[in-house]
This record gives sequence, structure tokens and C-alpha cells, in this order.
Amino acid sequence: MTFKTLLLASAATAMMTTGANAIDLTIVSWGGAYSNSQNEAYHKPYMAENPDVTIINDESSNEAVAKLRAMNEAGNVTWDLVDVLASDAIRLCDEGLAMEIDHDEMLAPAPDGTPASKDFGDLIVSDCYIPQIVYSTTFGYRTDVEAWNGKEPDDICDVFDLEAFPGKRALEKRPINNMEWALLCDGVAKEDVYDMLETEEGVNRALAKLGTIKDQTVWWSAGAETPQLLADGEVVMGSTYNGRLFSLIEEQDQPVKMLWDAQVFDLDGWIVPAGLPKERLDAVMKYLRFATDTQRLADQAKYISYGPARDSSAPLVGKHAELGIEMAPHMPTDPANAKNTFLFNYEWWADYRDDLDAKFQAWLAS
Amino acid sequence: MTTTDTVSAAAPPADPPPQPQVLTTRDGTPLKVSLARALRREKMRALLLIAPLLLFIVLTFAAPIADMLFRSVENGIVANTLPKTVEALADWDETSGEAPGEPVFAALHADLLIAAEEKTHTRLGSRLNYESSGMSSLFRKTGRRADRMDDALPYKAQFIDIDDDWGDVATWQVLKRFSPELTSGYFLNAVDMQMTTDGVELKPENERIYLFLFARTLFLSLTIMACCLLLGYPIAYLLAALPARTSNLLMILVLLPFWTSLLVRTSAWKVLLQQQGVINDFLVWTGLVSDAGRLVMINNQTGTIIAMTHILLPFMILPLYSVMKTISPSYVRAAKSLGATDWTAFWRVYFPQTVPGIGAGSILVFILSIGYYITPELVGGTSGIFISNRIAYHISSSLNWGLAAALGVLLLAAVLLLFYVYDKIVGIDNVKLG
Repeated sequence: MTFKTLLLASAATAMMTTGANAIDLTIVSWGGAYSNSQNEAYHKPYMAENPDVTIINDESSNEAVAKLRAMNEAGNVTWDLVDVLASDAIRLCDEGLAMEIDHDEMLAPAPDGTPASKDFGDLIVSDCYIPQIVYSTTFGYRTDVEAWNGKEPDDICDVFDLEAFPGKRALEKRPINNMEWALLCDGVAKEDVYDMLETEEGVNRALAKLGTIKDQTVWWSAGAETPQLLADGEVVMGSTYNGRLFSLIEEQDQPVKMLWDAQVFDLDGWIVPAGLPKERLDAVMKYLRFATDTQRLADQAKYISYGPARDSSAPLVGKHAELGIEMAPHMPTDPANAKNTFLFNYEWWADYRDDLDAKFQAWLAS
Repeated sequence: MTTTDTVSAAAPPADPPPQPQVLTTRDGTPLKVSLARALRREKMRALLLIAPLLLFIVLTFAAPIADMLFRSVENGIVANTLPKTVEALADWDETSGEAPGEPVFAALHADLLIAAEEKTHTRLGSRLNYESSGMSSLFRKTGRRADRMDDALPYKAQFIDIDDDWGDVATWQVLKRFSPELTSGYFLNAVDMQMTTDGVELKPENERIYLFLFARTLFLSLTIMACCLLLGYPIAYLLAALPARTSNLLMILVLLPFWTSLLVRTSAWKVLLQQQGVINDFLVWTGLVSDAGRLVMINNQTGTIIAMTHILLPFMILPLYSVMKTISPSYVRAAKSLGATDWTAFWRVYFPQTVPGIGAGSILVFILSIGYYITPELVGGTSGIFISNRIAYHISSSLNWGLAAALGVLLLAAVLLLFYVYDKIVGIDNVKLG
């Protein structure tokens, strides 16, 4: 082929791909197994139904807030839909970087006609947020620790019990969740935890409790670290997202079990960047209506052990697409797992995050 | 017209005071002017040649950095979001111990109506939340209800009805303190200080972290630099002394890790150093340490120093090598033939000639390590993290870009200061990269 024909051919292809009706949707998510579950449950069926749409995956969710702010300041938002945690959604909504959503108007009702806002219920923690899944931060522990003499931890406070359960722990390198667990195990009632944390005394109590295991703790910053540390035997128990533990236990067959006690629920979901031009916004909203309906949310649970955010999706959750095991017992929302859960207070953390983080990091460094 | 003609015309022999002779070119312009013109033209041409690059650097490098640094003092958000309130607050005495009166609340109401319409009140809330916890939800909550207020009743009571914090003096003190367009708040925060009504003071002990982290960053960077020098010097010497064939092979061994992904190298150190890792397993197998007494070599300062020394080693070896390569072996030979011992020949003759290489390598390693953050984050645990980890946190998680910028300015200033000290002691023209 000569250079000229090559040039012509590539020009022709370029014209075909950017034809009049073609729409590119840039969807930002976390990557890894999670993006894969979205790809299988949402993207592929949507593209099959709408051949003119191409979905481009961007894996920048963990820095989405900062990037979105930078894009907004530069006046060039290139993302169409962003997958973020609930706390980030609140932040983005506060900063005016995410669009407010009218859930009933813009999203599909449940099959029985229940409006979307009711179907999602309390999980709509911000006006800009469309929840997708409920996940939890919880503990996994190794089942082959000799020093434990056959005992297994079944209480969150066993994490702080170095006598009965010696060995290293893995905890996240931030105050969120750790402070709450510490206070719970220091004798504070569940409903008083946040009131307590507002006081100087409460913060000191929480840090003192964490201090009892500080030199036995490996502090992680990426969700993949705890499964790795557990698999290597570096730690005997550690906190992480329940989906990571599921794949460690079920897919990689490691001698690890879940400690569901006092698991902390959190949400993951979509926000639409503010200020999208009309035609892009229309394309996004059409996709969102599809991807957040009852069936699609239930489908996602076939690929990853996170609970669908709609009430109406729960009965539709089936078996894992590859392993063929029932997924319901692995959901954080399963009644057997959710006997004792802790409700994470987003508004409270939005207020106290900066302050507590400074104290926590100063404590860590000292 | 010749020069002589001009001279005679300018200074006729009849006129006794001798004028200074002005040299001119053929068309009568003084030589000085003409020369300057030619030089200017030359300079313009040179400038035009580098203009694209200069423009590129200014636009993509200098301007964004300047913009980012400016954020460390920029604070227009309060006055932009609540212009009337800021004006009304000017008359309020913050030491009075009482919340401001009705006019301020009326101004706040008017401002909030507009702010809520434009959704800027929540942004202001998250800005002020850096200074005082609770501001974020205060503004979110109040903005939602601002348009439902009754214009006939006093605003003050209605605001306090929404949230008690509006009646709290502390809320208004923060608002007033951060109403100017420029603030020193971020810089104070970056050196563990804070503004209060009594002036500037140190933060409570359990919130101080940045000065400590700055000190640790400097200390660890110097340690890493020293380790790199100790390990790199003999290798560079070996590379320079060996015949080309062997030294090229060794050079590839030096460069191989240089070309490997940073994350791969860092993860490899994890596998080697962790308590259930290769080194500990080996030590337990040989019986040097007991199974219970496995060494802790990672997730602390040791981990950071080892991993970063390895990663930055090539930056020390390469400048050293290129300087050593130019040192003629005959100098040392001459010293020895004049009776110097091996050590004297090395220390008095060879070593001084390698100082430019040491300077270049040390500066490179030091400046690279002072701004490193991904390796300390992965292997540093809590005792091995750097100030850059906090900067990254404030850029990407807490969105406190003002504080991140202030920390960045301080880091930059520290580097420049050290650079200046280095220049005074060793001399910057003594640095050679090859």
C-alpha cells in the first residue's frame, strides 16, 4: 500500500467512526474487577441495544474529585459519567461540580411501579447521587493461626484483643471507620459514637484504644493491600472492602474467613458532571436510565459480591457468572451477615473529616 | 565620508577645547549606536529562534506553577460569595463576645439567596470547614432553607432557629477572619500554627504534624543521599576503571533497574523485606533469627531508605561515572611514582577531581527524593512517609489545594535555600554532569 492510499484509508475510517450519529460516552470508574462487573452488566448490553454508542472506560475514580475540579476550572470537562463513593459525591455536590438529579423524573421506576426515589430510599445521600451498590468495610482473618488455639474471632472487639488473638492487623490509614470501631470497643453505645467523637475526650479515647494495637498494625492505603497481606501471612486479620475478601476467599481459595460483625456500609454510585452540553447530557441520561434499572443492578451482583442499591433488585440476585455459587449469602446486606452493622454518617464526616484527619495523622506520625 | 573628515568637521582646529572623538559609521550614525543596533538585531533573532520553546515553557510550566503557588494565599471566595455580609461585618467587633446584630443577618440572607441560586454556598462551606469543623453542613443546611425565610420577622432569630451555630461568636469570628482577599491562613496551617482572636499561635500538640514531617523529609532525604553516595562511589569507580567491554556490561546492570517500572521495583522490595518475605525466611532457615523474632524491615523508615536508595542509585552512579571517566589515570600514577601511598594518592589526587560528580549526583538524588511520594506511601508505613504524601493527600482527597500549595511553596523554598547553601560551600560551578 502506498502512503497515499494509507492516508486515504485512515481518513475514511476516521470519518466512519465519527459519523453523524456516533456517540462516545466517557465513563469513569475504579478499574479491576469492579469495572469488569459494570462492563458485563451495563456497558455490553447497552452497546448491543444502541450500536451507535461507544463507551470509553476511564479508570480514574480514586482521583475523580480532584480531576473533576481541575477540569471544571479549566472549563473543559471531558467526562460524561463518574463512579464515586458517597462521601465524594457529597463533596462534589457541595463544590457545584456534580449535577443535581431528579431521581423520579430521570430514573426508571421499579417493575411494580414504585418510583425510583422510594426504591433507592435512604441511600440517596446527596441530591447529585445515584447509588449503584452497597459494599461494606469489614474484616477478614486467617483460619490457620496456631497461637489462637482453635478460637476464631466473631466480635469486632476481638480486633483489639491481642491476648486471645495475637498477630498483626491491617487497618486503613485514615480515621474513618477506625475511630468508630475503637469507640464501640471502648464501651460507647452505637448511637452515641458520633456525639462522642465530636468531643476532645472522644477523639482521645478512640486514639487511645487504637493505640493499644498501634505497634501491631500495618496501615494500608489501597484496598488491594489487605488481601495481599492476608495471603502472605503478614497479618492475621485486616479490614478491607468485602468484595476484595470475597475474591480472596472464593476465587483464590485462601484460608481466610469473613468477620462481618460491625461491618460499615458504604455506597458507590454515579454522579453526572455539572455543565455538560445538551446532546452529551441527553446521551448520558439515556444510558443512566438503562444502567440503573432494577434488572441491571441485580445483574451486576453476578460478577461481584456487592449488594444492589435498589430494594427491588435484591430478589433478582442470582448465581456468580463463573463460579456458579449463590451470591446472596456473600452480600453484605444478607440478613445473616448484617446482624450487627454500623451506619456510616456521611454528613458528620463531611464536617469533621479535615479536623479528625489532622489529629489522626499527627497521632500516626508520633 | 571618512572618519577623519567627520572628526575635522566636528572639531575645527580653531576651537581649542578638544571634543571627545565620536566615531561614526559611513552614514554618520555614531559607531556605538550602530553597534548596539546590530547587537539588538542579533539578540532579537536569537530570541525569535527560542521563542517557541520559551513560550511553551512559560505556558505549560511556569504559568501553572505560578498559579498553583498563588493559591497558597488566594482567598477571594468569602468576599465573592457573601459580599454584603463581609461589608456589614466590617463594623462588628470580633472581641465583643456577642454575635453581630440584625443588619449583618439581613445581609447574610440577601447573599445566601443569590449564593444558593448559583450553588456557591456549599463551596464556601467546604472552604471554611478547613478552618472550623461544622461549617460545611452549616452552609449546606442554611442554603437549603434560605428562600423559605419570612421577610417580616427578624432574620437573626430565624438563622439561629436553623442552626444554633449562627448565634455562636466563633462562627462569625472565622467568617470575619477569613474575609480578606488574601490570607496567611494556609501558610500558618502549613507550619502548624493558627490564627485566633488573640493573634497567631501554635496549634494544640495533637494536631501538629507538618513541621515534624518537613524535618523528617529532610533527614530521610539526606540519609538516602548518603547511602547512595556510599554505595554508588565504588561502583562508579569500578565502571570507570574497567576496560570498556566489561564496564559496558556492568553499566547495563546499573541501568536495568532504571528501566524497570517503579511500582515493580517497589513491590519487589515488599516481597523481599516483609516479615514473611524472602530475607526473613532465609534468616529463619539459617537459624540467625527465631521464627518469633523476624525482623521488621518494611512499613517503617528502614523500608523507605532501602527502597529509595535502590531506586535513586543510578542518579548517583551516572554523574559520578561520567566525571571519573574524564580523570586521566596518569595523575594517580604520577602521585604514586612520587612516593604517595595508595590512600594518599586516592585522597589527595583522585578524590578532589571527583567532587564535581559527587556534587551533581548528590543534588540530583536529594532533590528527587525530597519530592518523592509513591515509594514512601507503599513501603513507608507511618514512620517512613514524607511531606509529599500529605501534599498529595490535600490535592487529591481533601481538596484543600490552598494548604497543598502552601506546603509546596515551603518545600520549594527549602530546596532553594539548600541549593544556596551548597553554592556558598561547594560552589555551583563545581557541579558536572559529564
